[in-house]
Amino acid sequence: MGDGSFDEKVLKAQTPVLVDFWGPDCAPCRVLDVAINQLVGEYEGKLTFARVNVYENPRLAIEYGVRSIPTLIFFRDGNPMDQIVGAVPKKVLKKRLDAVLV
Amino acid sequence: MEKTYDLVIIGGGAAGLTAGLYASRARLKTVLLDKGMIGGQIALTDRVENYPAFPEGATGVELGMKMHEQATKFGMETEFVEVEGLELDGKYRRVKTSDGDFICKAVIVASGSEHRRLGVPGEDEFAGKGVSYCAVCDGAFFNNQIVGVVGGGDSALDEGLFLTKFVTKAFVIHRRDQLRASKILQERAFANPKMEFVWDTVLESIVGDGEVKALNLRNVKTNERRILDVGGVFIYVGIHPNTDFLKGLLPLDNGGHIQVNLQMETEVAGIFAAGDVRQHSARQLVSAAGDGATAALSAEGYISETTWD
Repeated sequence: MGDGSFDEKVLKAQTPVLVDFWGPDCAPCRVLDVAINQLVGEYEGKLTFARVNVYENPRLAIEYGVRSIPTLIFFRDGNPMDQIVGAVPKKVLKKRLDAVLV
Repeated sequence: MEKTYDLVIIGGGAAGLTAGLYASRARLKTVLLDKGMIGGQIALTDRVENYPAFPEGATGVELGMKMHEQATKFGMETEFVEVEGLELDGKYRRVKTSDGDFICKAVIVASGSEHRRLGVPGEDEFAGKGVSYCAVCDGAFFNNQIVGVVGGGDSALDEGLFLTKFVTKAFVIHRRDQLRASKILQERAFANPKMEFVWDTVLESIVGDGEVKALNLRNVKTNERRILDVGGVFIYVGIHPNTDFLKGLLPLDNGGHIQVNLQMETEVAGIFAAGDVRQHSARQLVSAAGDGATAALSAEGYISETTWD
């Protein structure tokens, strides 16, 4: 998604949003995708998942200090609350999400 | 829920994918387990120029995908799961994963390796804030900046050369006064005006303010210290094998590699190892593929010679 839709879908969202900053040539990003895809169903209604291609949206990457991909940033009420850098296992991701969703 | 197979292959790098190709052509019911990075280490590599039959070179991702396609064509299945353990279950082997157990007659461990951390102050603090282990992933963030590259092997030079597409200068920091990297990469690196070598020097700490600003360096011969202002640092100081899940089951060497014989057999019947994960591996794409073929043929022999209930 681009700058315009980021505002609407992430910053003004009613539910918390997990944004995946990724890039097409990034192998660890694909690893993380697998874990995220397996978790999407579990968080339906509680958490929205969104993706930002850092090459197409460098302004967003700079704005949120992303210097390495994949980076996940958890947004609530438009504010970044937590950040995970690198491909983490599904269990670790779930733990972090559950902690921040409480 | 348990799933049963003849052969379980742990790891989707060159060793595992080649093992999968041979095993599925041998008509073994085969599944390859991977956490999602098909291609393994080569998927992190910009260009592969030392794999035979590709005179123009190929990207690591491309080669990995093609190997996967070829093995899949002959019947290999793939599951994206995280492997958590390996156990003996009578004659059978049990692979424990994030998505249940896989029971099989034989296992090929091709779980590969991961980059080694340097272990200096600032490395963790600035992870994702200028400290990186993947130039292909993160290089573009350092457009028009100065970066440091730590290491003297193929990865350090290959990734350093890739970075010169973006950066104004890449300082290669190496603890000795000569490189371990292949000569052809050395020639290219020495000829590249954007690459500058800092010899006999170790990185002692990474400093910054929210993101990386500078590297504290020390010359190991003169003990002279210097501060290098950089926007980022890429670390390529070797790899360590992914064998933590095998502790207590298989004998590992001091570096954590699995001991095998020339047939890629480990000390435990029905468990084979191939690629970067095994002791004395040449750690090349082509040798990993060779290991995979050997391990699959050995596994096939073992399965057919054993009496199963």
